[in-house]
Amino acid sequence: MKKTTNIAISVQDVHKTFKLPHEKNSSIKGALLNIHRRNKGYERQHVLKGISFDIKKGEFFGIVGRNGSGKSTLLKLLAGIYTPDSGAVRVKGKLTPFIELGVGFNPELTGRENVFLNGALLGFNRKEMTAMYKDIVAFAELERFMDQKLKNYSSGMQVRLAFSIAIRVQSDILVLDEVLAVGDAAFQKKCYDYFMLLKKNKRTVILVTHDMGAVRQYCDRAIMINSGEMVAQGKPERVAQRYQKLFTDELSSEEKTTKPQNKKTTKNHWGNGRMMCLTPKLKLDKTKLVITSRFKAKVDVPPPVMGFTIFGPAGVNILEGNTLRSHFKTRALKAGEEVELVWHIPNIFAMGSYTVSVACCDQSTTEFYDWFNEAVGFDVMKEHFTSGIVDPALKIDNYVVKE
Amino acid sequence: MKRFLTKQNRALLSELVRTDFKLRYQGSALGYAWSLLRPLLIFVILYIVFVNFLKLGEDVPHFPVYLLLGIVIWNFFNEMTVQSTTSIVGRGDLIRKISIPRWMVVFSSSLSALINLGLNLIVVAVFMVFNNVGVLSTLPFILLILLEVYVFSLGISLFLAALFVKFRDVSYIWEVVLQAGFYLTPILYPLTMITNATLQKLIMLNPMAQVIQDARHVAITHASPTVYGVFQGGFYKFIPFVIVVAVFIGGLMYFKKESKYFAENI
Repeated sequence: MKKTTNIAISVQDVHKTFKLPHEKNSSIKGALLNIHRRNKGYERQHVLKGISFDIKKGEFFGIVGRNGSGKSTLLKLLAGIYTPDSGAVRVKGKLTPFIELGVGFNPELTGRENVFLNGALLGFNRKEMTAMYKDIVAFAELERFMDQKLKNYSSGMQVRLAFSIAIRVQSDILVLDEVLAVGDAAFQKKCYDYFMLLKKNKRTVILVTHDMGAVRQYCDRAIMINSGEMVAQGKPERVAQRYQKLFTDELSSEEKTTKPQNKKTTKNHWGNGRMMCLTPKLKLDKTKLVITSRFKAKVDVPPPVMGFTIFGPAGVNILEGNTLRSHFKTRALKAGEEVELVWHIPNIFAMGSYTVSVACCDQSTTEFYDWFNEAVGFDVMKEHFTSGIVDPALKIDNYVVKE
Repeated sequence: MKRFLTKQNRALLSELVRTDFKLRYQGSALGYAWSLLRPLLIFVILYIVFVNFLKLGEDVPHFPVYLLLGIVIWNFFNEMTVQSTTSIVGRGDLIRKISIPRWMVVFSSSLSALINLGLNLIVVAVFMVFNNVGVLSTLPFILLILLEVYVFSLGISLFLAALFVKFRDVSYIWEVVLQAGFYLTPILYPLTMITNATLQKLIMLNPMAQVIQDARHVAITHASPTVYGVFQGGFYKFIPFVIVVAVFIGGLMYFKKESKYFAENI
């Protein structure tokens, strides 16, 4: 037996499987037909395959992994929202999960009523909430608005209120999803300041993220989940390196780009269809990104304009380029002809996930043949985390101290 | 019980019920007054229709009030089960993001229905005074009877709420069942109108019929036939109670089993 007295959370050999119905059968007829045909109508997805770890009291614990690795499922298991198929999750103390801010906020209620409702949902009664109330409102800087209905708040005000509740909540264990750290730069800074404060106060915190900067900066220990298995655990530095290695491994292999998940590609196309954007190929290394974009003419078209846009982690347009802007002469295409275009872009990207959209249109850029939204995605790993939008290699010289 | 009504659960319950009530009459000029005004106006209509036009139940003393009490109890059963059926799915946003006890959602919607029942019973009491219904010594027993109908409704509510997560047809089926149940229960007509003794007995095995007849018996007039009267002696008279207990336990167990998977199935 290990010492259990200072363990806040213990996870033992947890498995979780989801049934993914091929077609949602939420009617009795559908269920009966399926029994009749002995057609299962769903496939099993093994999301977590035997995860075990302990979290000590007062520890700032990181869970990292790529999208779809199972880390959000693990988070929901810790929070008691899902039940494991087998294995056990033991939690000692009061655990408050923040998977989303402002859960249960009702637009028809006033700010004040929403604070109490949200508090109750997180497990605090009126007396406790009354004690915290002033603090929450002051932090959100919303004193004048508390008796107005939430629907009259701006979205920024709503987020501020929700966040204030989250950070004022006194709980033994906090589970934070990285979604907390979205919003404008000032808000992000507030979040990170709050993380620092939690760390200083020796609170038990579980942070789920794929931001290696945050892991290195705040976590005492971390684990990494990949395809439902725990592939690394221990010092945050080691886990972060292992995570980065995951990307470099993939980059060296042939298949280095990822399809943006859960998106039907057909929905991402729009335009009159006279030309088609094919899925571009990406090649990323430390110094540059090479996009090989391919287009196919469906009918005879005059010289087209072809281009791309790269969107950053928060959907920010990072950069765009097209043949017109680069004064690149294209020639008219006959039906069925395919054209390939290679772009060279210096690797100025900050750490994070990006998507590339490609498009083709006529010379006046008014008639769109095809726009392929989020055609392909890529992840960028850098050594350091930056708060900036871009992270180009910087050179310093002429270090002269003047007297 | 202590495990269920912890400090957090009580706080959550009071906030959920409070919110429910605040939102119910949102934006109406009379606000909460509607929760009394609405049943009052509906009862006035029923009163006029049944007393002045349909000469039903002339052999039953205080028939209008007798009728109202039946309708109020049935409406409670109807409202509670219908609202609870969609309650879990309706609160899907909460269930998928926080770990509140799942039964709490159904329980809070049942409390809202219970509060409404209380308000309706106040209106019934007003009608009883106007009808010169004397206070019977058996009146306190009505609390036990209301407890029985509450337990029965809760059992059904838990079962339906859990089933609705998987099969969305349930709400339509239940609507039809309720409609049939309304006419199979002696609410609009006095039981004495059914002359076939076997049919009368079968009807009285339904817990809702037993509850409504008992409530009328203890609160309005001893002339109201009850399951004890219909069956005289024998064990048959216990069948409605056995059904209530079985439904409650069955509903609770099914809900408990399914509630683990609500978050992923919604």
